[in-house]
Amino acid sequence: MVNAVARRSQWQRPLEAVFLPVAALLVALLIFGLFCALAGADPIAVYGSIYKAAFGRWSAWQNTLIRASPLMLTALCTALPARLGLVIIGNEGALVMGGLAATTVGLGLGTAVSPMVVKLAMMLAGMAAGGLWIMLAGALRHYRGVNETISSLLLNYIAIALLNHLVEGPMRDASFVTKPSSAQLDPAILLGTIPGTRVHVGLIYGLIVCLLAYILIQRTTFGFAARTAGGNIRAARIAGLPVGKLTLAVCFLGGSAAGLAGMVEVAAVQKRINESLVSNYGYAGILVAFVSRHNPLATVLVAILLGGILASGGILQRAHDLPDATVLVFQGIVFLCVLFSDSFYGKLPWFQEQVEV
Amino acid sequence: MANRRPLYFSRRQIMRGLLATTAFGAATKLSACAPAADETTDVAAEGTAAADSETIVGFIYVGPKDDFGYNQAHAEGALAMAAVPGIKIIEEASVPETSAVLETMRSMIEIDGATVLFPTSFGYFDPYMLELAAEFPEVQFFHAGGLYQDGVHTKNVGSYIGYNEEAQYVAGVIAGHMSKSGKLGFVAAKPIPQVLRNINGFTLGAKSINPAITTQVIFTGDWALPVKEAEATNSMVDQGIDVITCHVDSPKVVMETAEKRGIFSVGYHANQGPLAPTGYLTGAEWDWSSIYTSLGEQFVAGKTLMAGDIPNLLRGGLADNFCKLSPYGAAVTAEAAADADAAKEQLIKGELVIYEGELSDNQGKAILSAGEKYEQQAIELESMDWLVDGVKGSIDG
Repeated sequence: MVNAVARRSQWQRPLEAVFLPVAALLVALLIFGLFCALAGADPIAVYGSIYKAAFGRWSAWQNTLIRASPLMLTALCTALPARLGLVIIGNEGALVMGGLAATTVGLGLGTAVSPMVVKLAMMLAGMAAGGLWIMLAGALRHYRGVNETISSLLLNYIAIALLNHLVEGPMRDASFVTKPSSAQLDPAILLGTIPGTRVHVGLIYGLIVCLLAYILIQRTTFGFAARTAGGNIRAARIAGLPVGKLTLAVCFLGGSAAGLAGMVEVAAVQKRINESLVSNYGYAGILVAFVSRHNPLATVLVAILLGGILASGGILQRAHDLPDATVLVFQGIVFLCVLFSDSFYGKLPWFQEQVEV
Repeated sequence: MANRRPLYFSRRQIMRGLLATTAFGAATKLSACAPAADETTDVAAEGTAAADSETIVGFIYVGPKDDFGYNQAHAEGALAMAAVPGIKIIEEASVPETSAVLETMRSMIEIDGATVLFPTSFGYFDPYMLELAAEFPEVQFFHAGGLYQDGVHTKNVGSYIGYNEEAQYVAGVIAGHMSKSGKLGFVAAKPIPQVLRNINGFTLGAKSINPAITTQVIFTGDWALPVKEAEATNSMVDQGIDVITCHVDSPKVVMETAEKRGIFSVGYHANQGPLAPTGYLTGAEWDWSSIYTSLGEQFVAGKTLMAGDIPNLLRGGLADNFCKLSPYGAAVTAEAAADADAAKEQLIKGELVIYEGELSDNQGKAILSAGEKYEQQAIELESMDWLVDGVKGSIDG
């Protein structure tokens, strides 16, 4: 009997983590269907279109993955510090700083050394810049007690202002008239696409970094120390954990993930840096981090889900004459439902160990 | 344990719920599949039909279609094109200038079967539109803003742009008449040539009436920053400026703020008259309807950029109906209206050249000496990086 109970609890507990988000998603679809019906569109046809545009065929999948790859990286900027109990929302700023540093290095080195080395240098510069940016928020928190949420938010504005200043002044390429931008990076040092697809290699970086982050947080002593400090900072101090160093290190790692996203966006998509770099990847990353409950592996799935929702935004307008904000409504409903479903964890008895039996 | 469960579900309820959810899911899924399958055949059927009768044209906007500004002007034009028999338009609004616009264009081509695309925002051009134009040589790409360069870009890329500074010049004539303080204001987004041409055209129009007049320009730094636009407008009113105009994506905020502060306003992109019934003088509007209708008719007739039937660089001013002026507001005096109409007439006939020597920029550097002039088509104007004498402000921000 005990054996049977134990065995059942083994498969029931993980099931809860699958069942709740899926159920939340279905509820969200139902509510969104109602919304579409009110807006005068046929909900069933809308569901069909969303599926077709986001996951219906290989080309649609690629669309989804292209949109998802920066989100995986920017989400870690919130997810990692969150395990330490910090709410960091400086993703956009770290992304911008990463992009700026990568562009500076890329333009500076040009083709002086081998493209491989330049790419590596750009990557490291992007990660270092993004990391230091968020580490600043972590340091303010640890040494001066400044609220890290507010300071990281304000750091976003500083980073964006710096970007605008540089592309309109010192870094500006006057021959490019479309918008104030830096000079173009040499084609040799741009990142390519994954062979056979139009998805840039940033997706692979995202997957690798999320996997590494998962291992770091869940499977190493460093991660354990960080989670302990996140659970109870006093207990962690009493246990002799170096809370300050942990804070700085975790903030650095989170920021460097977002910085890498900035580097990828510049080197794979935009080819030069300008204000288009600020297009909500950072803020969307915050959403992804919270919905994935700060689990780096879940981040990958949630990013793909959000990518799919964004990819389907166009077809809602084109095929169903719904307004352009519809996709935001859909996104909002999905994330509210998923976040609300959080409150059911541990409250559905069917998923619990049933020792009474 | 039991009292720590505010929410209790019995096993039976769970089972029932699960069954219901599954049933709902299955029903949704299955019924969704059926129409979707029909739709694919529909699309396929439409696709083949389109080959002989219907041309599908895709329009992409960077913001909402009802922004009282840039996007609305294009959306109104698209609507006019949709009225051409044999044209079907598909639209997508609020598409950012990132890889998102690449995906939108690709979906329009691959899923909807569009053969002509109008990515209307200035920033879509390079690299996004150029990349896709190279990938889909059989699809025509039209972009607002004379950036096409022969020999540099592929044959399926077309640029079209109106010399809206002609309309700005005429609006400037009215502003020059109506301003009592001799101080005009211009809220601008970014110091790019298109914007600078408008500032200079407006100022030169006003100076043709009152040579001592000045235009204070404030660059907000971006196309849509409503708060900064309102701040700029308010600070200009505080400086004694009494006619204000702008070049931002949506002039709505500037017009409304000017109206509230009781000064005159001159619109841009579309007609903002309804937003400022008392102070609205006129506005430099795009007239995309006429150009889009004519392009639509050419598409239906089977003309393409690639075959050379449609010029890759389409441009024109008031004479070619690329731009127009909003109906003059009630406040405009008969004298101002008469001078404005005269200037308009001269521009249409080609008797008036806006940039004529002797002309210097606002830092004292000579641009044109006496007797020299830049005709509207002059290539030098495309890379304008100066503000004419009489403009207060600098392009360095």
